[in-house]
Amino acid sequence: MTEIWQGFVKAIELIVSFDPEVMEIAGRSLSISVTATLLAAVFCLPIGSIIHFNRFAGKRILINLIQTFYSIPTVVVGLFVFLLFSRAGPLGGLNLLFTPAVMVIGQMVLITPILLGLTISALSGVDKAIIDTARSLGASGFQITALILKEARFAVMAAVILAFGRAISEVGLALMVGGNIRGFTRVLTTAISLETSKGDIELSIALAIILIFIALIINFALNRIQQR
Amino acid sequence: MSLVETVNLCQRFDGRDVLKNINLKVERGEVFAVIGPTGAGKTTLLRLVNLLDLPASGIIYFDGIDTAQSARLRTELRRRMAFVFQKPMVFNMSVYDNIAAGLKWRGIEKSRIKERTNAILDMVGLSADKNRNARTLSGGEVQRVAIARAVVCEPELLLLDEPTANLDPGSAARIETLVTEIIRRRKTTIIMATHDMSHGQRLADRVGVLLNGEILQTGDWRELFSSPQNKEVADFVGVENIIDGKVVSNQDGIVAINAGGNIIEAVADYPVGEEVYVCVRPEDIIVARTKISSSARNSFVGEITRIVPFGALTRVEMDCGFPLVALVTKKSAEELELNKGKQVFVSFKATAIHIIKK
Repeated sequence: MTEIWQGFVKAIELIVSFDPEVMEIAGRSLSISVTATLLAAVFCLPIGSIIHFNRFAGKRILINLIQTFYSIPTVVVGLFVFLLFSRAGPLGGLNLLFTPAVMVIGQMVLITPILLGLTISALSGVDKAIIDTARSLGASGFQITALILKEARFAVMAAVILAFGRAISEVGLALMVGGNIRGFTRVLTTAISLETSKGDIELSIALAIILIFIALIINFALNRIQQR
Repeated sequence: MSLVETVNLCQRFDGRDVLKNINLKVERGEVFAVIGPTGAGKTTLLRLVNLLDLPASGIIYFDGIDTAQSARLRTELRRRMAFVFQKPMVFNMSVYDNIAAGLKWRGIEKSRIKERTNAILDMVGLSADKNRNARTLSGGEVQRVAIARAVVCEPELLLLDEPTANLDPGSAARIETLVTEIIRRRKTTIIMATHDMSHGQRLADRVGVLLNGEILQTGDWRELFSSPQNKEVADFVGVENIIDGKVVSNQDGIVAINAGGNIIEAVADYPVGEEVYVCVRPEDIIVARTKISSSARNSFVGEITRIVPFGALTRVEMDCGFPLVALVTKKSAEELELNKGKQVFVSFKATAIHIIKK
């Protein structure tokens, strides 16, 4: 018990003294996941809107499929991206395996279903009567789309934040395609996993506290948005 | 040229005919009420006129233009009208932005938008709330925003769907005053749907009775009450005395109708043997305690079955071999000591009768 307590005290010391290694790992985690989330959002929001606003055969099935992939295990995405970028894989020539870039790509793949699906449900959350009202007031197709995105803005933002939460907290994918290389692809989750198995409890706890702190901020932001 | 004209308009949902061969003409400047019970197809009709939905068949002309041509044309025409829904929804933005939305979509200059929006805010009494999020408003206030949002666009045609149906009496009265003011000040052509006869009566010049997807009768109010074209309309407008009968003779423009053994005479022309309904307005029936001799062709003896005070008037329900309702002043009812069970003599003129063919 005292060991854990000492680990906790040490961890706090590491954080408040801005330990370079801790800060570096946390910074990398943030930059990789923020990049992945923003890039994924750039194409998921328009594609989600297109799916929502158009009628086509198999739309329901497509949406069901997207929702099924919400909970796809991160290691499965890891395996898929690994095979894609490994030497023998179709994209092996890019030499991206075990770099932050491939981690960004992997996380984008991981959160695409959530972003797409939640964008679609955010847009469907806009009452049909709102669309009729806009039409009756003379809005054109484009003006209606703009209005709906505006009406759904909080739900769409919530989707983005949720996707970011999934990206930063996953470990399997980062380990498999990033390789947990110190100073290069080591992120919060992979570091915690490694340091714990090595017995370096202090560092693990410090990193875990930071990760929880990030989760806390995400949650706080989400609540603020949803209260509006 | 009529502002709105529909030709054999039909609408079908899930294989069910919601509107059947609607042929309507609404002239510029007219206030036209579509009355009918809930589910008759009033909203469906207004949505078609607003070009929100496409009809199953039939043509809608707006200002003489065939609206079926293209979606772009329909958007353009929609910008010349405005529709206030039965359950209006506000956008998740300020009251001001809600009201300005239609003008913005029409590409109107910002300074003009501001001017017009502020003027309307004043008219509907929401100036103080203009920066509030419209989602926080009460039902009556939302209805006012919806009307303001429509009127600010200065539409040539304003469609109102049950504008006061979901409101408390106070808010309803306020909305009615507002609509009256719009009619008076702007001379906008209005088509409104309502199930509330008195409400429509106060506001509309002309009415169409919509029952089960069909327009059964159009005309002014007086016509509707005095000469309903069929039993459904008579029932809906609340004609109180509708008596079943059969024509037994037709002489010199006077028909005699057998109603459960009693003979009723009316000025009309129907062949002998025709099954008819006899309609008499309760106001046209004279109730007396003793047999009176008068020019009235129809006199019956009846027994009072119920007395219902009705403001300054009293409703006297009687059984004369057929049920009959008369409306007399409260004073008369007191002086004649009209009470349940009393025997009375009723009479009404042959000219007071309106006959509907079965």
